[in-house]
Amino acid sequence: MSKYSVIGQRVHRVDGPDKVTGSAKYTFDMVLANMLYGKILRSPYPHAKILNIDTSKADKLIGVKAVVTAKDTPGRKQGIWRRFPELCDETILCGEKVRYIGDPVAAVAAIDEDTAEEALDLIEVEYEPLPAVFDPLEAIKEDAPQIHEGVELNMNVTRHIEWGDVDEAFKKCDHVREDKFKCSSQAHVCMETHDAVASFDHGGKLTMWTSTQSSYYIQRLLADILDLREGDIRVIKPPTGGGFGSKFELDSAQFCAAVLSMKLCQPVKIVLTREEEFTATKRRTPMYYYLRLGAKKDGTLLAKEVRVITEGGAYTAMGATALYLTGFFSSFPYKYPNYRYDGYRVYTNTAPTSAMRGFGAPQSTFTGESQLDMLAHDLGIDPIEIRRKNGMTPNYVVPGQATIQSCGLHECLDAIEEHIKRRGELPPNRGIGVAAYGFMSGGIFNWFDTPYAFSAALVRVNIDGKVDLFTGACDIGQGSDTTLSMICAEELGVHLDDIRIHASDTGICPADLGAWGSRETLMNGNAVKMAAADAKSQILQFAAAKMGANIVYDLDIKDQWVHLVDRPERGVSYFDMVKEAIRGRDGEVIIGRGHYTPHRKGMISPAYSFGVQAAEVEVDPETGRYKLTNVTTAHDSGTVINPVGIEGQLEGAIMMAGGYGFCEDQPMDEGNILNPSIADYKLIRSLDMPECEILEIETYEPEGPFGAKEAGEGLTNPTAGAIGNAIYNAVGVRVNDLPITPEKVFRALREKERQSKQP
Amino acid sequence: MKKELRLVVNGQPYEFYVKPKTLLVEVLRDHLGLTGTKRGCNSGSCGACTVILNGMAVKSCSILALQADGGEVLTVEGLASGAELHPLQEAFLDHGAFQCGFCTAGMLMSAKSLLDENPEPTKEQIKEGIHGNICRCTGYNSIIRAVTAVVNGEYKEKK
Repeated sequence: MSKYSVIGQRVHRVDGPDKVTGSAKYTFDMVLANMLYGKILRSPYPHAKILNIDTSKADKLIGVKAVVTAKDTPGRKQGIWRRFPELCDETILCGEKVRYIGDPVAAVAAIDEDTAEEALDLIEVEYEPLPAVFDPLEAIKEDAPQIHEGVELNMNVTRHIEWGDVDEAFKKCDHVREDKFKCSSQAHVCMETHDAVASFDHGGKLTMWTSTQSSYYIQRLLADILDLREGDIRVIKPPTGGGFGSKFELDSAQFCAAVLSMKLCQPVKIVLTREEEFTATKRRTPMYYYLRLGAKKDGTLLAKEVRVITEGGAYTAMGATALYLTGFFSSFPYKYPNYRYDGYRVYTNTAPTSAMRGFGAPQSTFTGESQLDMLAHDLGIDPIEIRRKNGMTPNYVVPGQATIQSCGLHECLDAIEEHIKRRGELPPNRGIGVAAYGFMSGGIFNWFDTPYAFSAALVRVNIDGKVDLFTGACDIGQGSDTTLSMICAEELGVHLDDIRIHASDTGICPADLGAWGSRETLMNGNAVKMAAADAKSQILQFAAAKMGANIVYDLDIKDQWVHLVDRPERGVSYFDMVKEAIRGRDGEVIIGRGHYTPHRKGMISPAYSFGVQAAEVEVDPETGRYKLTNVTTAHDSGTVINPVGIEGQLEGAIMMAGGYGFCEDQPMDEGNILNPSIADYKLIRSLDMPECEILEIETYEPEGPFGAKEAGEGLTNPTAGAIGNAIYNAVGVRVNDLPITPEKVFRALREKERQSKQP
Repeated sequence: MKKELRLVVNGQPYEFYVKPKTLLVEVLRDHLGLTGTKRGCNSGSCGACTVILNGMAVKSCSILALQADGGEVLTVEGLASGAELHPLQEAFLDHGAFQCGFCTAGMLMSAKSLLDENPEPTKEQIKEGIHGNICRCTGYNSIIRAVTAVVNGEYKEKK
């Protein structure tokens, strides 16, 4: 029998019945009494001065209730890196200047969407177009247009990471490779676009329902920018149709809905169109990558040097974090004795780039794992072997950066090696490529400058034994409501259906930083576990007295049974005990409290997931077309709390990361995104989806709840690199710029043919 | 200017007066409050608005309501019979065939339409049946497993 009664079970999602019957109400579905509909006017220029905005015609249109511009706001700059004022560079509604095609300049509230849309056409904005720059390599030139005042060479953020003596180490290498790569952009394509319903009342309180990854961040950022007290803003996250990194900064729907509602004291709803979603929300950061890698003949890696220039787009957003993480994860998952990273994030007149699932690590893993395979090939070493030789092991310390505790990388390598052996000899033009990866279980950084614990939870045990769990964690589809309910039930010793979760409503839940950086299972899970343990200990105090057990005995609750640990048959029903305990407290219900903030865990994360993925492709050498036929992943996410959830994260990550490697891209012309529709933005649909096998490697992470680690984003990291390596192994060509489209494979094949014909 | 529209939705007859440009999805969501049907793109590309009209899966954002005049529409709200979930709904729950849930109504309706037409589809036919529906969360395979389980008779319709 498993030592757990809830953890590891295949359970239904707690939000499942609502979602399969259509009764789940998303922000998108909300209608409030007296509600108006808002629309946003956006810049058609990539870079321009705003000379004048005339809203008089729009104001007069019947059905229009308000038109707002920057003048109707306190005009503050905001950003999610709150500790660094120079990185808070976005006013959302632009007053003086627009910096990308899609920058908001005005917003309208009207009785319906059609009227609001019509009003947008009546707003007259006089622009003075300015020279614009779109490529970061151009934007850092002396004569490039300056996008933000006072920011020389458009240099937004720089990051440096270094340990060991890189230059000396390269001298000792038997083989050194230098390679360049280009990582493309990617759109999140959440099925629910960004949306918000704002309701400001005459008492001065703002309530917002919104599709977000962090209700606390939105509450705090709205307070900053609208000059309101945090406590006068309540942000509620209803069921949310995906996030993937796009929904934890303050967005134009939220801000404009709030400004309009404050002006009118009426609820205002704004839903971004799919086109706005593609052009005027943030996206994955495109990166130019330069890598230098040195090794001994036997494959021992001695040094790595990484230089990255990223296309920042018009604002900082979360791009500063992506810049740091791509540098840190370029060293993963290997023990480089000498390592140096220099990253430069450059402003451009393009849609801002920011966080997307993997957060800089899909870029570093694509480039790093491609180059490592090239190096292994140069040295005649098996790709698995070179990874085994250099791979991280438990309790490894990344110098000055991070402490790894649990690490199942080597078990993952063994499992994938077995898988490849089982596949046996492959027919021509088929190949398997591998990529190894790791990722953080929540970030330790506090650029947001929160004074709160990173995660917190309250557990209330009621007279009937039903448990209310209050947490600020945000379930955006990944399943945190279910996983956290499971952790709560396990710790308290009750069943999953005894838990009723109340999440991500800042009015009733403790603050939590939200769903990003793969943090909810570990960080919020620890807070929930602590709160449940606190509640349990209060029940057990009564139980000890009531049962009159010898004080040398420990008591516990499992499966709704309060009992002596060493003599489980001696016990009392949990329900009876709860009733008595509450009666004994003069009717006061039992409340358990928990919180979690990582301390003394390095600079990055309290724990790291690891894994190895093998992608198999079948290439048509005539056309370059290829099919991703199988993706097998050995993944170490510590103890598996919610197996159905992990399967979903794995297969979903392959859809998204496979798309990143294979077809997803946002080509631009002069700052204009050319494919802003789902018809034109190619992503993996059911027919293109490969078979996915999961080889779960269980480790026990001392820092995680019940030993658990992340399973959300790490799985997005390896696929592009594994595809690239598989194509090389199938037909002997490499494509170093993402996505690896059939067209690029075709060109590479023809180039290879041409070279082989030369004498 | 408004025109009369008659529809049977989830077995219930309704009469409406709608503008000629009103979409079927607008009648369902905005007039009837059946918000289980979603809109993800408004261009017929994502499948979130899929409903069954006269036995066929259609994208309700790409059909004028008046084109459906006199028709019978089934939405996700009409799948379960009272407290009894439809086999596909049960299978979706068991197989974790949804995460954010925004595509789920459309997926269920595409899958139901497929099974109504062909109760024993192959795996490839299931993939084709949901090819017009985008799911950004699950990677489709759990959805395919859920539909396969229904095809295999693991969820006999309870009468």
